[in-house]
Amino acid sequence: MKYGLMAAVIAVTGPGLISSVQAAEVSTTTLDNGMEVVVLEDHRAPVVAHTVWYKVGAADEPLGKSGIAHFLEHLMFKGTDDLAAGELSETVTRNGGSDNAFTSWDYTAYYQRVAADRLGLMMEMEADRMRDLEMTEDDVRTERQVVLEERNQRTDNDPGALFMEQRNAAQYLNHPYGIPIIGWRHEMEQLNRDDAFAFYHRYYAPNNAILVVAGDVEPEEVFELAETYYGPLEPTPDLAPRVRPQEPPQLSERRLTMDDSRVAQPYVMRSYLAPERDPGAQEKAAALEILAALLGGNSTTAYLARKLTFEDPKAIYVGSYYNGTTIDDGTFGLIMVPTPEVSLEEAEAALDATVAQFLQDGVDLEEFESLKTQLRAGRIYAEDNIEGLARQYGQELAIGLSLNDIEAWPEILQAVTPEDVMAAAEEIFDRRKAVTGWLMPSASETEETAG
Amino acid sequence: MTRLISLFSAAVMTALTFAAPAHAAVDIQEVTSEKGIEAWLVEEHSIPFTALEIRFEGGTSLDREGKRGEVNLMMATLEEGAGDLDSQGFAKARDALAASFKFDAYIDSVTISARFLTENRDEAMALLRQAIMEPRFDQDAVDRVRGQVQSILRSSATDPGDIASNTFYNMAFGDHPYGTDANGTFESLASLTREDMFTAKERTMTRDRVLVGAVGDITAEELSELLDTLLGDLPTGGAPLPDRVEPALTGGTTVVPYDTPQSVVIFGHKGIERDDPDFIPAYIANEIFGGQSDSRLMEEVREKRGLTYGISSYLVPFDHSELIMGRFSSGNGAVAEAVEVVKDEWAKIAQDGLTEDELEIAKTYLTGAYALRFDGNGPIARILVGMQAQGLSPEYIATRNDKVNAVTLEEVNAVIKGLYDPENLTFVVVGQPEGLSVN
Repeated sequence: MKYGLMAAVIAVTGPGLISSVQAAEVSTTTLDNGMEVVVLEDHRAPVVAHTVWYKVGAADEPLGKSGIAHFLEHLMFKGTDDLAAGELSETVTRNGGSDNAFTSWDYTAYYQRVAADRLGLMMEMEADRMRDLEMTEDDVRTERQVVLEERNQRTDNDPGALFMEQRNAAQYLNHPYGIPIIGWRHEMEQLNRDDAFAFYHRYYAPNNAILVVAGDVEPEEVFELAETYYGPLEPTPDLAPRVRPQEPPQLSERRLTMDDSRVAQPYVMRSYLAPERDPGAQEKAAALEILAALLGGNSTTAYLARKLTFEDPKAIYVGSYYNGTTIDDGTFGLIMVPTPEVSLEEAEAALDATVAQFLQDGVDLEEFESLKTQLRAGRIYAEDNIEGLARQYGQELAIGLSLNDIEAWPEILQAVTPEDVMAAAEEIFDRRKAVTGWLMPSASETEETAG
Repeated sequence: MTRLISLFSAAVMTALTFAAPAHAAVDIQEVTSEKGIEAWLVEEHSIPFTALEIRFEGGTSLDREGKRGEVNLMMATLEEGAGDLDSQGFAKARDALAASFKFDAYIDSVTISARFLTENRDEAMALLRQAIMEPRFDQDAVDRVRGQVQSILRSSATDPGDIASNTFYNMAFGDHPYGTDANGTFESLASLTREDMFTAKERTMTRDRVLVGAVGDITAEELSELLDTLLGDLPTGGAPLPDRVEPALTGGTTVVPYDTPQSVVIFGHKGIERDDPDFIPAYIANEIFGGQSDSRLMEEVREKRGLTYGISSYLVPFDHSELIMGRFSSGNGAVAEAVEVVKDEWAKIAQDGLTEDELEIAKTYLTGAYALRFDGNGPIARILVGMQAQGLSPEYIATRNDKVNAVTLEEVNAVIKGLYDPENLTFVVVGQPEGLSVN
């Protein structure tokens, strides 16, 4: 069975291996003002996904203004000089569509899903709010309460999410990936209209945006519409390259323990700083991706599961992940949820011993071949989910990968050898670059449970 | 103003609102196999794989007395070994074919969602047949999965959202299966045996309860053969379905004290049956009230007052009872006000109904959004099975939007009068709410 609880923990890790593929017809152009346009065709249903990706995210925020990228994402649904507050979403709804937006460390994206013949209307409104956002002090005050409630819901009410926030802050010594996307509460409480506009005016511009349209559309028609609606927008001059504070050499292992009365199921997590996918150089990332899949990519046949839930059952769940679709250093992680009779100390020791054994045993060739087959099949299954593809393209382009990089990725994954995987494993498991965290119930709760 | 292009005028905007919605072109074939298994099929040969959805009506509501959790545990253990393959062997064989089989247990049904390539369809189906016809339920597999369910139960006991929904359903349905956690209790889980797994399977997965939807690279003939292989030898005669139950929700607010900064709130009362002729008007009413992203509840609780990140309401038509429910979370200091706003809105819609404008908005949204549901082979296969469960014909897809458009303001407001009942609106609040009046 799939273990539900951990799906939530693992959900932080970004796109899964199987979806990291390319399929569908892809066409592209760049407008004179610098806006990139990518079209993915799927003519099976008369539907289109219209998505705009800004190459700015939480890791680009000014110091002390954590949460402003995400707060601005909310404020983008207020009005413009031509649209009343809420009118954009209302218009999407009135056309039978749905819309939303999301913010990551590396990008901010807005999307609508609607009947294909409404694409022009979506572009018109999205182009309007790229340059002409308006908001009142009142809008800002109310929406700040909404994002604080969002933080309550996603983070403060969930000890697992609080624990992740703490581990993440320990993982990055200098890089802003250590700051939560939603923001630290004390800084969120101070975010104001000027902060939002300063961020908006600088980063929301056609030369900092990528349009990805996917569905029942013809590329030429999309390019024309894009020219009509997005073409006239003024670019931001002198946009600096995205250079964030980088990590210094990490020389010392970090260890965290956290207890919370709301924790019922303790677990141990370890994350290692890991190299990310780089334009033109994705080979090491590909080896890490395969390593994560072989070691702990599923809960039955992956190495850790085989050893720790089947042969010598100490884990309810054990897994590994690689999060490398990022601009700067990502993470490689291990997680183990022990059975009730196994302490976190024993769990961590067993996890380490099993990883050490993997380094001895090497890659199981049968598993390796099976994984390659699944990757190839993944490309076929991915064609069935055009919006998933749009999301993958948008995300990968927004972190600076080229279309060539995206299209080469499946081949690079296929070309990974067992030797590449073991070399990546030898390199990644460096405790000096690692954060180990134990999440557990508060002492009094443990006694109650035991009694 | 830096704006260089002009928006459509308001008049054009309105005209667009009434443009014809996208049409879901779904050509359904009804297939009956030699052994009499029926299925709905949509052929879609452009991608070389098939999505197959199999649903057995009954679900976890068929758990026997004292055996709560048996159907859920059984479904979770089906993939843990079959025929001559143990758990590892089964997973390896499935992965080598790059097929995926998902086994799920719901309150009124259990489902199998399969996805497999055309190039090895026969091998994939032979493997799935083993899971359905010859599951092993090895003792070590049952114990391992039981441990996972126990872990879920432990987590659920400290999750404010789960505490809220378990409390709410228990208040509504008491000892009826709808009123208790389908995972079971620690006690009932501990008592379940390997034998119980075989029995639970016999009681739930039977030919007379099966519904099938297939979408993808497969012909009617091929599907017919596959159905016989896969399901033709299942026994008939599932366990008796549970009795109808009326939700015992008569108003008031119940607080479950829990030390966490944000309170989780669930509210609702008796709803409307799925096959009630008034279901579509009720669905339209809920869409405006709390269904869509700019519903009345979202406007009043989030947009105007900033009291929550999100709030929604929904119709819950179980097979043997029905609710209208909603849910949100608010900081402990804000939740009392949010509850008052929900009560006021409930009273307001019960009193005044919808406006003509709101009805039009709901119609254009629902008719436009319908086609958007048909996005991919898997989702369409699930829709096909859902339609069969509701007793709808394949023609429903073509006529559904007409049914929505035919609803008049008088009709919808008459249905609202019977549905929204401020007296019986019942709240469960989990957290440390401040200043909340409890009755």
